[in-house]
Amino acid sequence: MNEKVRFVQGNEACVEAAIYAGLDFFAGYPITPSTEIAEHLSSRLPGKGGTFIQMEDEIASMCAIIGASLTGNKVMTATSGPGFSLMQESLGYAIMAEIPCVIVNVQRGGPSTGLPTSVSQGDVGQALWGTHGDHAIIALSASNHQDVFAMTIEAFNLAETYRTPVILLLDEVVGHMREKLIIPEDGEIPLVQRLRTSVKGGVDYHPYLPREDGRLPMSDFGGEHRYNVTGLIHDMWGFPSGNPAVAHGLLRHLVDKIWNNVHQIARYKEYYLDDASTVLISYGSSARSALHLVQNRRQRGERLGLLELQTLWPFPASIVRDRCASAKHVVVVEMNMGQIFKAVKMAVNDPGKVFLANRIDGVFITPTDIRNILRLIRGKGV
Amino acid sequence: MEKCRLIFSGSGGQGVITAAIILAEAAVIYEGRNAIQSQSYGPEARGGATSSGIIISDSEIFFPKVNQPNVLVCLTQESYNKFHTVIRPGGLLITDTRFVQTSRKVDARPRDLPLHYTVMEKIGKPIVLNICMLGAVVGMTNLVKAESILKVLEKRIPSSFMEMNRKALDLGINMGKELAS
Amino acid sequence: MSIKNYLRERFFPHMWCPGCGHGIILNGLLRAVDSLGMQKSEIVMVSGIGCSSRISGYVDFHTLHTIHGRALAFATGVKMSKPKLNLIVTMGDGDALSIGGNHFIHAARRNIDITAIVMNNRIYGMTGGQFSPLSGYGTKATTAPYTNIDHDFDVAELSKASGATFVARTSVYHAQQVSKLIKEAILHKGFSVVEIMSQCPTYFGRKNKMGDAVDMMNYYKDHTTTIGSKAKKENPDLIERGIFVQKELPEYCSEYEKIIGKAMKGRS
Repeated sequence: MNEKVRFVQGNEACVEAAIYAGLDFFAGYPITPSTEIAEHLSSRLPGKGGTFIQMEDEIASMCAIIGASLTGNKVMTATSGPGFSLMQESLGYAIMAEIPCVIVNVQRGGPSTGLPTSVSQGDVGQALWGTHGDHAIIALSASNHQDVFAMTIEAFNLAETYRTPVILLLDEVVGHMREKLIIPEDGEIPLVQRLRTSVKGGVDYHPYLPREDGRLPMSDFGGEHRYNVTGLIHDMWGFPSGNPAVAHGLLRHLVDKIWNNVHQIARYKEYYLDDASTVLISYGSSARSALHLVQNRRQRGERLGLLELQTLWPFPASIVRDRCASAKHVVVVEMNMGQIFKAVKMAVNDPGKVFLANRIDGVFITPTDIRNILRLIRGKGV
Repeated sequence: MEKCRLIFSGSGGQGVITAAIILAEAAVIYEGRNAIQSQSYGPEARGGATSSGIIISDSEIFFPKVNQPNVLVCLTQESYNKFHTVIRPGGLLITDTRFVQTSRKVDARPRDLPLHYTVMEKIGKPIVLNICMLGAVVGMTNLVKAESILKVLEKRIPSSFMEMNRKALDLGINMGKELAS
Repeated sequence: MSIKNYLRERFFPHMWCPGCGHGIILNGLLRAVDSLGMQKSEIVMVSGIGCSSRISGYVDFHTLHTIHGRALAFATGVKMSKPKLNLIVTMGDGDALSIGGNHFIHAARRNIDITAIVMNNRIYGMTGGQFSPLSGYGTKATTAPYTNIDHDFDVAELSKASGATFVARTSVYHAQQVSKLIKEAILHKGFSVVEIMSQCPTYFGRKNKMGDAVDMMNYYKDHTTTIGSKAKKENPDLIERGIFVQKELPEYCSEYEKIIGKAMKGRS
């Protein structure tokens, strides 16, 4: 038997990927449907000398991983809607203080306690604007376990590259279902390690002075450079500042470092887009239903294609615009009331050709659901 | 068989979800096929009617849920009442004679098996009912080889319980083969 | 080492009001660190939000100025990932016990080796004088114009009940004791709490007609006594100063090391 072939839940695929990526520290709080991530890590991390801690709530979990990241660790937490809401303030702190971390949100039905054991993709908009103030964020998604593995590693890599929190938006269906996962060999997927400063001890180190390429080399807390970290607007030493020029410069830097690299951050998959007259756009588990339909209808000669977005934020607008340019209809398939649909409408040349195929009742969207919407759009009735 | 969809249903604690995972894992790890297992996670998963869907296929599986199973197993009356109408026309409907009174009004091939009776008579431990059921399914459908299931079991359970499980699996397979026609 | 060596002088003058007690706590803290001969790089100071929490900016340690109420949660992450570092967490009374109350009791329950200093001025000073969970029944604040009907916590009792293994209290009038207790707290292996009563003449004093900073310090002199003293027996209203709890119990990071040992053993 090949030990590298596994039959696991999506949550476990995420755990395996985090370990592969070099996760050192996990803090979390039990919440359905993400709990298996904490359970598996409580067993896996100590054996690797890593730290697992179950905190008193999701707020504390998010704070603890930020503290642990500062000392030079790769860190992660995992939660679902209610917990993700609790994490928003400290998520903003990690954005402001530029501290790499990965937050997994295995989405369930909301708002509030909502549908704890049912699927939803209702937190996509929250990932973008959940924390207060102007900012930018990276959010990824995945529709199958091999991609959960790949995107979890991407999340760690992007967090280190851009010194920012990265949100991995999974959902109940992908998190809970079991399917095949092939664990890659060590070294097969490149890993980005923490960029550490080369400034020697005793020499003035500026923790918040970006290099020419925009990157900020870090110094581990507890290492030779002592500096201040704060959630206040701060200068290049990390000291609070009310100087308008400093405030402007910092905000621009925080937003530009993400949005100026939207093409580098964009991850997506294309299926039959070359000649597609109808382009489906989907992500996460709903992309499975979309792809099922596309494969099925292609066999009957229907010119249907799928653009599966894996990077949701920053939204890859120019890629979406390009792939939809010659389509007659664009149908966004998602399990919410149109959170990516709105972004697609803004991206394409002709917003009138964009439609939404969705479900918001906690039931997994089926190929038939999408098929019925396609028939309606084409004026054929269901 | 290009693609087979199954639902195992029963009450919490009967091990139907475990049986579903074992079957799908055997197909993926030891037979190089694709499989997906899913289940309901509501409070009902802690008791009452519980179920798990399995898809086994030679090609990639995209839509992961089982809406119309080719094979439906019901180990309790409650699960039979809840699920028997969803079976694919002409599908295989396996029930346990002790727990389920069937109505015979569905378009399916019904197979009432004395699974519980046989397990209690030959082994005396109801804990392996799910493995006996799995044996019956495999005996009837030849979905995976018995050896593949045994390999999964060897990984999952202590060796002292292996003999009992092997016996339960064999009992089920024999029962299934007899009724396969 | 000169106390000044521990300060980031370029960030002075500090932002505390004239007469504020927090400077005395800063002084006592640095003297404690100095007397222990600690290196600046082995100390991480974590603070939350409020007047008290600005203390972290002024000291030349690794300093983490976090968000309101969550300093102990951040500190837990730092400590668990680098147990060799000494963690000092400075918090105000509202910061530690209102918004941060849950983190406070859970950090105490874990007995993680962190020194928690509660700079208790009985008011939210940064926001302009609202009542805190330590203001006490009958006091006045900008959000209690008709007097406060909220009862206060006894920080020492709360810490003790939550599992802290070192619990002490003093006031800024007793500057020597501030330094001594912080020193003991840093030396203690486990979760230690030092409550330091510190006057806010700007808000608490003015709202409650407590006089100026000197009057408020005299109040600490006249209304506190050593734990279990004869004076306390005669006047139960006096606030006790000193060490309430000092005991050895397994510390969280050490316990986690054992978990790593178990996990690695199971692996081989």
